[in-house]
Amino acid sequence: MAVAFDEMNIPGGDLRPAYQELARWLKETPPEALEYRRQEAELLFRRIGITFAVYGDSESTERLIPFDVIPRIMSGKEWALLEKGLKQRVKALNMFLRDIYHGRDILRAEIVPDDLIFQNPVFRPEMNGQQVPHDVYVHIAGIDIIRVDANDFIVLEDNARTPSGVSYMLENREIMMRLFPDLFARHKVAPVERYPDELLSALRSVAPHSAAGEPTVALLTPGVYNSAYYEHSFLADKLGIELVEGRDLIVKNNEVFMRTTEGVKRVDVIYRRVDDDFLDPLTFRPDSALGVPGLMSAYAAGNITLANAVGTGIADDKAIYSYMPEIVKFYLGEEPILKNVQTWRCREPKDLAYVLDHLGDLVVKEVHGSGGYGMLIGPAATKATIEAFREKLKREPEGFIAQPTLALSTCPTCTATGLAPRHVDLRPFVLTGSKSTTIVPGGLTRVALKEGSLVVNSSQGGGTKDTWILDE
Amino acid sequence: MLSRTAENLYWLARYVERAEYLARTIDATLRVTALPAAYIGKTNEWDSALLTAGVATSFYQQYEEANERNVVDYLSFSADNPSSIRNCIEAARLNSRSVRTALTSEMWDTINSAWIELQEVWSKGTSTREDLAKFLRFVQETSLRFDGSAYRTMLRNDAYWFSRLGLHLERADNTARILDVKYHVLLPEEEHVGGPLDFYQWSSILRSVSALTAYHWVYRETLKPWLVADLLILNGTLPRSLASCYDNLTRNLDQIGVAYGRQGPAQRHARGIRNRLEHSNMNDIFQHGVHEFIQEFIADNSRLGEIITKQYLI
Repeated sequence: MAVAFDEMNIPGGDLRPAYQELARWLKETPPEALEYRRQEAELLFRRIGITFAVYGDSESTERLIPFDVIPRIMSGKEWALLEKGLKQRVKALNMFLRDIYHGRDILRAEIVPDDLIFQNPVFRPEMNGQQVPHDVYVHIAGIDIIRVDANDFIVLEDNARTPSGVSYMLENREIMMRLFPDLFARHKVAPVERYPDELLSALRSVAPHSAAGEPTVALLTPGVYNSAYYEHSFLADKLGIELVEGRDLIVKNNEVFMRTTEGVKRVDVIYRRVDDDFLDPLTFRPDSALGVPGLMSAYAAGNITLANAVGTGIADDKAIYSYMPEIVKFYLGEEPILKNVQTWRCREPKDLAYVLDHLGDLVVKEVHGSGGYGMLIGPAATKATIEAFREKLKREPEGFIAQPTLALSTCPTCTATGLAPRHVDLRPFVLTGSKSTTIVPGGLTRVALKEGSLVVNSSQGGGTKDTWILDE
Repeated sequence: MLSRTAENLYWLARYVERAEYLARTIDATLRVTALPAAYIGKTNEWDSALLTAGVATSFYQQYEEANERNVVDYLSFSADNPSSIRNCIEAARLNSRSVRTALTSEMWDTINSAWIELQEVWSKGTSTREDLAKFLRFVQETSLRFDGSAYRTMLRNDAYWFSRLGLHLERADNTARILDVKYHVLLPEEEHVGGPLDFYQWSSILRSVSALTAYHWVYRETLKPWLVADLLILNGTLPRSLASCYDNLTRNLDQIGVAYGRQGPAQRHARGIRNRLEHSNMNDIFQHGVHEFIQEFIADNSRLGEIITKQYLI
């Protein structure tokens, strides 16, 4: 594995320009002060209730994601490139989805194989030929980005279903501004606080045509026991929209209403944080108590906008991921600005043979997995784990892809023994409305707190950092 | 607003109010039982505490005897008692989480911080009387903080009014329950035989609704049972009296009615109860029977809860 790209230090002893002021500040600040601030931050997170639930963890149902007080900094120039790349990528994702559920030009051009779509459980035949308002499928995208050198941004994963984490982007910033006003005074950090406004206008802009002048938007949550519940309530609050559960909604004559103290009220746009499978027990899983019976027929009638649309999973599937460079070229006729991680598709015999020969060097992921579960990190795995995985892989090769172990870039991070480099990734949030695509300068930086670890997922011991884009 | 949100706000306020009331009841009972037996007679005050909390039946399914240790434990820390202070705080936090968007950050912070703080008490309990007193004070302060934050930070709209409805309905129920358990010491003037025994009962009743000082300011008299009853039932200036609770309930329901442009059975029912209180005097009530009067009130009050639920919350 190559040496990781250090976002702060240039080999040889110099600092990258974006980090110079931070480095000066760190020199002036005693380590105890940092530790004290870290504890203060933790207390704030607990009191505000910024917690998440870990499924299958009975001992503590609410946990904090560790927060690292050292910001991750990017220059405005770097951000400008990233922003351009993200817009391009999300535009292609939307065009791809529109095509898959309508003309299927890309299948006819044999760029993406048919069976990868039609035999994929996240493909939704219910969406075939269905018009979605304003042709937007992915209103909110969370694109996971990593860096391996100074020049390139690489997409690790597209999240086009119900990406979460944006509340951390906003709350991390709030807490940092409370704890380190001085540090902010010494930098020009682009603000992120307009995200809720941008999100609300994007959601309003995609209201169905049958909506009244001022469309009513609601956020649909699975409820207090969902791991991202804090975020749902946080966003509903910031947007000033109702936080609804399935039982608050009813469908009458193909229109969706919420039950209020003044009788029922029509809803036009649902920002849903409930997975496709649970949205409507009449169409999808009949045992779902989280959904709204009849929602899909109201959707088909064009009386409600769901954000994101149903069936977007086909665009962020790990098997489709490997085709993204071709997808971008096919729809936009442009070279992709953001790179892909080299990916071996285990469904292809040649690739499978390579993967089986190199299991010790590769990361193997389940095509439908998420949250860092069910993956093999070759270099860190024991022989026995690798052998067990080999059997799994042989049994069901189409369920997996493999990638090289990437040296994710590192940022200085507080550890028990002082500041040390730790691996990070970045999830910016891309909003698509009927007319424009916007990205608030920043995102969620996740950091692998364990030395040498490359797994940044919060469910696996990752933490977060505030992400600063310098406004030069 | 969403019916579920209104329902959560209403119950949130009820749970917080109930937690405070339980803390006061335990506090008052501790005081009265600390007196030498000659001053309070043979009644088991811990048994009365269970009755006023409405959990005597479930208590005796688990315990043989109503003594300080068992009752304090059951009313404060028991996870099995659905209306223990512990479960009230837990339920209040859960309700708060589900309606965070309708709470101000101050209200959330009060409930959440208390909840965090009390986790340790739940796991360890209180080992000394000082610890217990500190805990009871903390619960009362939490309720005061919550109520104060609501008063000072909430928009004056339906969210606020539904939360107030929960508070006053619960409060009326609590005051009525004390009266129901203690009616036998609340005698009219002509039947009053006097004696030092009852004095501590009356002061204990007043203490559990934080009205001991108020009594003296209102009546400028030594404790008289018929005045104690008058204060708790009919005196509109005492915030925990039945009359005051119903002044507030009718006002909040009217505010909702005006905002929604529509009145309903809840407004009519509340007004009916308020009129009855307004046109009563203690003589009539004593003649009719305090016990009967209170039981009727408790039934009417809980009926109002049902009507509000049906009209707005489901």
